Amino acid sequence: MLDCTPEGPVETHTTGKINPAKTCQPLGAMYAALGIHGCLPHSHGSQGCCAYHRMALTRHFRDPAMASSSSFTEGASVFGGAANLKTSIKNVFAIYNPDIIAVHTTCLSETIGDDVPTIIRQSEIPEGKYVIHANTPSYHGSHVTGFSNMCKGIVSYLAESDGTPKKERVNIFPGFVNPADMREVRRIVTEMGVPSVMYPDTTDVMDSPLLNRYEMYPRGGAAIADIIDSGNSKMTLALGAWSSAEAAAILQDKCGVPGVPLKLPIGVKATDALIMAVKDGFGVDVPESLDIERGQVIDTMIDTHFHYQGKTVAIFGDPDIVIAMTEFLITLGMIPKYVLTGTNGKQFETTINGMLAEAGIEGSKVRAEGDLFDLHEWIKEESVDLLMGNTHGKYIARAEDIPLVRIGFPIMDRAVHPLMPVTGYRGCLRLIEMISNTLLERRDRDCADEDYELVL
Amino acid sequence: MTATDLNVDDIMAPYPDKVIKNRKKHIVTKTAQAGSCPQIEANTRTVPGIISQRGCCYAGCKGVVVGPIKDMITITHGPIGCGYYSWGTRRNKARADDRTPPEQIYSAMCFSTDMQESDIVFGGEKKLAKMIDEVVEIFHPRAINICSTCPIGLIGDDLGAVSKAAEEKHGIQVIHYNCEGYKGVSQSAGHHIANNQIMERIIGTGTDGPTGDYIINILGEYNIGGDGWEIERILEDIGYTVNSILTGDSAYVNIKNLHTAHLNLVQCHRSINYIAEMMETKYGTPWLKVNFIGVEATIATLRDMAQCFGNEDLIAQTEVVIERELAAITPELERYRSICEGKTAFAFVGGSRSHHYQYLLKDLGMEVIVAGYEFAHRDDYEGRDVIPTIRSDADSKNIPELNIEPDPEMYEEPNLHLNMSREKYNELVESGRLASYAGMYPDMPDGSIMIDDPNHYETEELIGIFHPDLIFSGVRDKYISHKMGVPSKQLHSYDYSGPYAGFRGAIIFAQDVANALSVPAWKMITPPWEKSETQGSE
Repeated sequence: MLDCTPEGPVETHTTGKINPAKTCQPLGAMYAALGIHGCLPHSHGSQGCCAYHRMALTRHFRDPAMASSSSFTEGASVFGGAANLKTSIKNVFAIYNPDIIAVHTTCLSETIGDDVPTIIRQSEIPEGKYVIHANTPSYHGSHVTGFSNMCKGIVSYLAESDGTPKKERVNIFPGFVNPADMREVRRIVTEMGVPSVMYPDTTDVMDSPLLNRYEMYPRGGAAIADIIDSGNSKMTLALGAWSSAEAAAILQDKCGVPGVPLKLPIGVKATDALIMAVKDGFGVDVPESLDIERGQVIDTMIDTHFHYQGKTVAIFGDPDIVIAMTEFLITLGMIPKYVLTGTNGKQFETTINGMLAEAGIEGSKVRAEGDLFDLHEWIKEESVDLLMGNTHGKYIARAEDIPLVRIGFPIMDRAVHPLMPVTGYRGCLRLIEMISNTLLERRDRDCADEDYELVL
Repeated sequence: MTATDLNVDDIMAPYPDKVIKNRKKHIVTKTAQAGSCPQIEANTRTVPGIISQRGCCYAGCKGVVVGPIKDMITITHGPIGCGYYSWGTRRNKARADDRTPPEQIYSAMCFSTDMQESDIVFGGEKKLAKMIDEVVEIFHPRAINICSTCPIGLIGDDLGAVSKAAEEKHGIQVIHYNCEGYKGVSQSAGHHIANNQIMERIIGTGTDGPTGDYIINILGEYNIGGDGWEIERILEDIGYTVNSILTGDSAYVNIKNLHTAHLNLVQCHRSINYIAEMMETKYGTPWLKVNFIGVEATIATLRDMAQCFGNEDLIAQTEVVIERELAAITPELERYRSICEGKTAFAFVGGSRSHHYQYLLKDLGMEVIVAGYEFAHRDDYEGRDVIPTIRSDADSKNIPELNIEPDPEMYEEPNLHLNMSREKYNELVESGRLASYAGMYPDMPDGSIMIDDPNHYETEELIGIFHPDLIFSGVRDKYISHKMGVPSKQLHSYDYSGPYAGFRGAIIFAQDVANALSVPAWKMITPPWEKSETQGSE
């Protein structure tokens, strides 16, 4: 397994990616678009992109990810894709009858320079229906950028302000997370008595129930009317700098809704920050139920610290998730030894290095624009006790015999994760459970008979 | 309901007129009256906006054919996504062996030039050349594939020049594939482009093929779930020497010697028939269409193979192995058959699987009533006889046809490959065994439907009309049918089971199908509080 990976250090890997820790923009755009109720995402390019993105989303969520494609062939690539997009819009409304089509571009339509907003304006759009778009060239950023860009597109096209006093309601931009995470964040805010509108919202879309009937547009997703009205909310919580901050900034400019930038609420500190933002923004008290949930986490951290404290961990994945997870790992007393994301952005390294410095952790390696070959090389030089990241980490885990805790996107080889949150205090408990038990399983597997113990 | 009662117009009612006109040509029904297959439209453009299951040219070239070659580093030249999605998502199992040590296996890895905006503006040739230099220095591969993606074709990077320079610099083959996603109308174009390059650049360059009396290649077998290994096990027991599988668990060092085989087997007709045909012209290697999916199909294939060589010992040993294998699996197969008997299925899978699996389902007493291919050509449905009548269009003309001539040194008459007289060989050809494929239609039951490039809407409608017991599909369809209460199996990935080929594979498949049909949860969909008293307590 990965036997061809040389013993490090390798100085010559400077160009391209070997085992990437990111993928391309349209996947994120498609996922964001699925978080609008009645939306059919549309991929403007050749059909392979659409097939690949639907496949990747379906494998992670084990639920249908519907999307259409402009199905470019060579002709469209030469003469431009306007005719294909107009035909697509006509056919999609006629056959699949969505309330809204969310078009995203591909590297093909970007490279030939299709002017998508103009093509949309020239298209036949039935009364009361919408077509929005986002530019998502795959040669810039990553799937997280694409998610962010579609969020920006949703705000730009739809959100409106009617100038009346702002409603006592919070907008939540949840970031590129699983439906269960979105559900958990909404529950916390609801528990605090504050009405909210969340978008994108893939709950009940990408974790839809089996009810003996197929619905192309499941009951979940953010209602278009709510998205339009979000310009009248009192404030916006932008969870995750990479996935949500820019959309919140646009909403602030466009409708005057102040955006509060926050980390994804993974871990105690980040969840605390979410709750404080709602408390301060709306002047509400924190209910006892959340006190209890939080106290349970702290209790568990003290009960279990010796399972994981002082252990080294390598973590990789999407920047928003990795940043929040790193903060939590430090809180647990673990040592983030290698921290890596595939998505570019210097701020990632600055943020992580700041956290490590504050915790007095030295000698860690942090890289924004890295890949899993880099990570593997680092591990070969000096190994770690635990690996955390998506499914692609399993090859390194096996090659180097390191236990793996799966978090982030994509997780293709394990089940149920989209329905189980890692956000909020409940998410903390789940993360502790996964980390502790994974390390304990390893200890039980490796120890001598005389050290095999019943109580830990 | 049978196909004869089906009114295709009803299904298509919501379509705009142009779409109806297009799609109707892609659907044919099989009736007892029709002597031969009605013409079906295939390998033509997908209607924009239609939710098709098709992929792209790159997916066919890199994802299916060249990506699985385990000892070659395959660099995707383009932005990150294409390489990423074709990384580890087809289950082409590969392992180290005598000729390919573990440190020469790269198939679990993903290499991408990760083109950025500035590369698109200024061109990506330098970046590609540098990445080749680096991977050679780090990994020392035997050879390298370069697969291009949509924007590369548009910006005009000269992959041929980069590859040539890299070959000279590093002294290994660097083979490029102009398989931009927009070429052709589906994955199919990519298969053809990959076949052309493998034929032109790799096959015939080796001088150390295996020795044996019956050396074969298994073309169009991708070792999904280990299918190829089960086939190899059976063939080697009979006395064949498997030179190479193309391209499941295949190695560059073996593909170089493909021309040293006596017979080519063609498993997936769609993706690899080009190589079989070209090798016949260039080296005189005869080819036989085979199917190792299904017990009866495997037996028929083994007997056909033995007849191709005509050796009495080989024929006898074939029967010995068949008898032994049958004895080992029959009781278990019967047990699963009792669960599966009488059930109906749809098969919507690419390549030849929609056809091949019908045999295995027949072994279980099941019938495929609607079958479709994602990216087939007319000959996959109607048989190879129609090939001369297939019109080329703008999309198919973009794929180069190689002008293959008999190799002046290596060509050998096909009868000599099979070690038989010209007369005996001619008899074999006349019997229709060699170089022949009748397509899917003859094996479809009366009252069934063949559908080309089936799309989401039609699939959903057909499920509603026919209520099949099981659907064989890809992952994008899988969960849709689940929501409708119909179990599904992925026939691209086998839902991470397998092998399904050969004798032992049939049992694994039978168990998986029986399990899918009998998941207790199917009976629990309606909650007890929503059941009326007349429905009873189940």
